[in-house]
Amino acid sequence: MGTNSGLGGGSWANGAAGAGGSGAGLSGTGPSGTGPSSIDTDAGAGVRIGVVTFPGSLDDRDAARAVRMIGAEAVPLWHGTHDLEGCDAVILPGGFSYGDYLRAGAIASLSPIMSEVIDAANLGLPVLGICNGFQMLTEAHLLPGGLIRNDHGNFICRDQRLRVENTSTAWTNAFPSDAEITVPLKNGEGGFIASADEIARLEDEGRVVFRYLEVNPNGSMNDIAGITNDRGNVVGLMPHPEHAVEPGFGPDTALAMRSGTDGLALFTSVLSSLLARA
Amino acid sequence: MPKAELLDPQGKAVAGALARLGRSQITSVRVGKRFEIEVDGPADDAILAEVAALADEVLANLVIEDVISVHFAGADGFGLDATQDFESGNVTTDTSFDSQGTSTETEQQLEDEISEGLA
Repeated sequence: MGTNSGLGGGSWANGAAGAGGSGAGLSGTGPSGTGPSSIDTDAGAGVRIGVVTFPGSLDDRDAARAVRMIGAEAVPLWHGTHDLEGCDAVILPGGFSYGDYLRAGAIASLSPIMSEVIDAANLGLPVLGICNGFQMLTEAHLLPGGLIRNDHGNFICRDQRLRVENTSTAWTNAFPSDAEITVPLKNGEGGFIASADEIARLEDEGRVVFRYLEVNPNGSMNDIAGITNDRGNVVGLMPHPEHAVEPGFGPDTALAMRSGTDGLALFTSVLSSLLARA
Repeated sequence: MPKAELLDPQGKAVAGALARLGRSQITSVRVGKRFEIEVDGPADDAILAEVAALADEVLANLVIEDVISVHFAGADGFGLDATQDFESGNVTTDTSFDSQGTSTETEQQLEDEISEGLA
């Protein structure tokens, strides 16, 4: 598992204690306008969701925590191996893999584990790329388009309002259609671009999954925040749903400071799609 | 280079800095990338073609960038040499480069330069 002892080797604590709960159902505010929702943490029992750590990944632990919040097992995967360890789904986390050298996500997309991720994704494995993970998915050609430096030239960090426009993907089926959510966004190279033909295809086929509302934070074409492949198992987005999964640590809501947990539904979605398939 | 039709925020920031230095005649700057690559083996057209393919597949992302040129290094090891520009079709082995003494008995080093854009 490499030499980075804190990151590899299955060191993440799993189970209810790791998720900060005591087995009781976790409750959050749910996607805005839909009222409180509760998570059945028993539903995730036995489901293994891998989170790949690359050199320079930053949000792997938050992604793993989100996985534990829904009662699934978070499996630490290492970029330098060819082993998906039998995971039922894989998350490519945010950060600055390989220092964003060459291009953001470019070198990571060529790493050993990505050849396995690409093969498995093409066979239907649910894969979620968040921020740097989204950049990797475009570099790996699992998703079309590319991400370029923000049009205003600055890194941006804000709580971002989004519309979930495709609620049939493996990662969004738990959202009500056209749900509006707020999750943190933080990127320097988040401007989504694609050829005019590709943009038209994404729009026509309903493959724009998340769209920025109110503010376009990075110059993305058509306010696109996240997209999916034609099969709906691979989803990439620049905002960070894994930072909005636990009351007390999410974005502010009208109800209370930092109580936003709108990101949780991405993770419960994949659970539903995995259980539906089983 | 970043594709011409895409905004290049980095170039824009540089242009702004130059303008602040009073260089008002400079109206636009775009920033790209250049790779200098050394290889084992003969400096021939085959390796240049291979590097050109790598430029399209790995070194540049053609969704957001254009590869401008792939060519042998000039006699000084730097700079463009139009007579050896890969894309012009006038690729020749750079004998002046060989004469600099970088060859070994069985191998010679070839330095390809690839200019292209940045993310």
